[in-house]
Amino acid sequence: MFIDDFKAGLRRIAPIIVSAAPFGVLFGAVAVQHGMSVGEAVLMSGVIYAGASQLVGINLFDQHLPAWVVILSILAVNFRHILYSAAIARHIDPLTPWQKAVNFFLLTDPHYAEIERQAHAGEPVTFGWVMGLGIGLYIPWMAMTYAGCVLGAFIGDPKSIGLDVLLPVYFLGLVMGFRKRPNWLPVVIASSLASMAAIKFVGSPWHVSIGAVVGILVAALMPVQPDTRSEIEER
Amino acid sequence: MESLFRPDMLLIILGGAVATYLTRIAGYVMIKRFKTIPPRVEAGLNAVPAAVLTTLVAPAALTGGLETAIALLVALLAGLRVSGLTLIAIGWAVAMAIRHFIL
Repeated sequence: MFIDDFKAGLRRIAPIIVSAAPFGVLFGAVAVQHGMSVGEAVLMSGVIYAGASQLVGINLFDQHLPAWVVILSILAVNFRHILYSAAIARHIDPLTPWQKAVNFFLLTDPHYAEIERQAHAGEPVTFGWVMGLGIGLYIPWMAMTYAGCVLGAFIGDPKSIGLDVLLPVYFLGLVMGFRKRPNWLPVVIASSLASMAAIKFVGSPWHVSIGAVVGILVAALMPVQPDTRSEIEER
Repeated sequence: MESLFRPDMLLIILGGAVATYLTRIAGYVMIKRFKTIPPRVEAGLNAVPAAVLTTLVAPAALTGGLETAIALLVALLAGLRVSGLTLIAIGWAVAMAIRHFIL
């Protein structure tokens, strides 16, 4: 029962492990290049477990900023999780509070996307399934971080082997996957323009929160489409 | 040789972990306070993934150099047909080809 669901979750996350692995390696390599110890890098992957914010964290630590500024920046990059956990609340009702607490610890972009896909396909979202999904990505993430730390010493310039391009293209693929949703095009245009303006005039990492808020506001202000009403509803 | 764990780095890692976990549960805690979601709030929630993920893509076209911008444009068009690793491979190949053979 649990084990079958767990295996089904693992199968679902397997292709994502392959595409996330380079980013674990990238993080480990960048961390070591920024003077982090292997222990610190693996611990960071294990307790924060959110790649983009981990990279922002080590970049800012390098600039000798106060700890609270770095922590606030990590919060800003991860702010999107607030909206993910709100959006999946309707899908995880059968889970106990502790199971939900564990599931939220493992909540990432692909984890969220797969839960939405499972729920929209009418398939059950069980504890075993989300654990297969979550643990299936969590353990490789730490292993790849360690591998990246070891490899980091050998990678002279990450740009020469194109490591820097993988991240935005990966996220672009996720964005394209949502293109059937209502308001997708106006949201993507608004978030693109706002985040590009923010990175020019406000600076990183605020472009993430600013761009996201503008896109979400555009969606909220668009004419309401009757067929999508009250899809999120507590029972 | 530096020590394995420095106190200032540990503070950032553990503080960042607490902040990140709060973002992971806060939305759930907030949504449980409402019985139904107003349509406009719901439209906003439905837009979350595209809105947030876009902010991790679009600025890279500005800051990542011309080859990244072109790679993203090609990947955008290819994304209408393919997804996942195939798409990543296409974007990566375009950027690498421009970087090593043209620039």
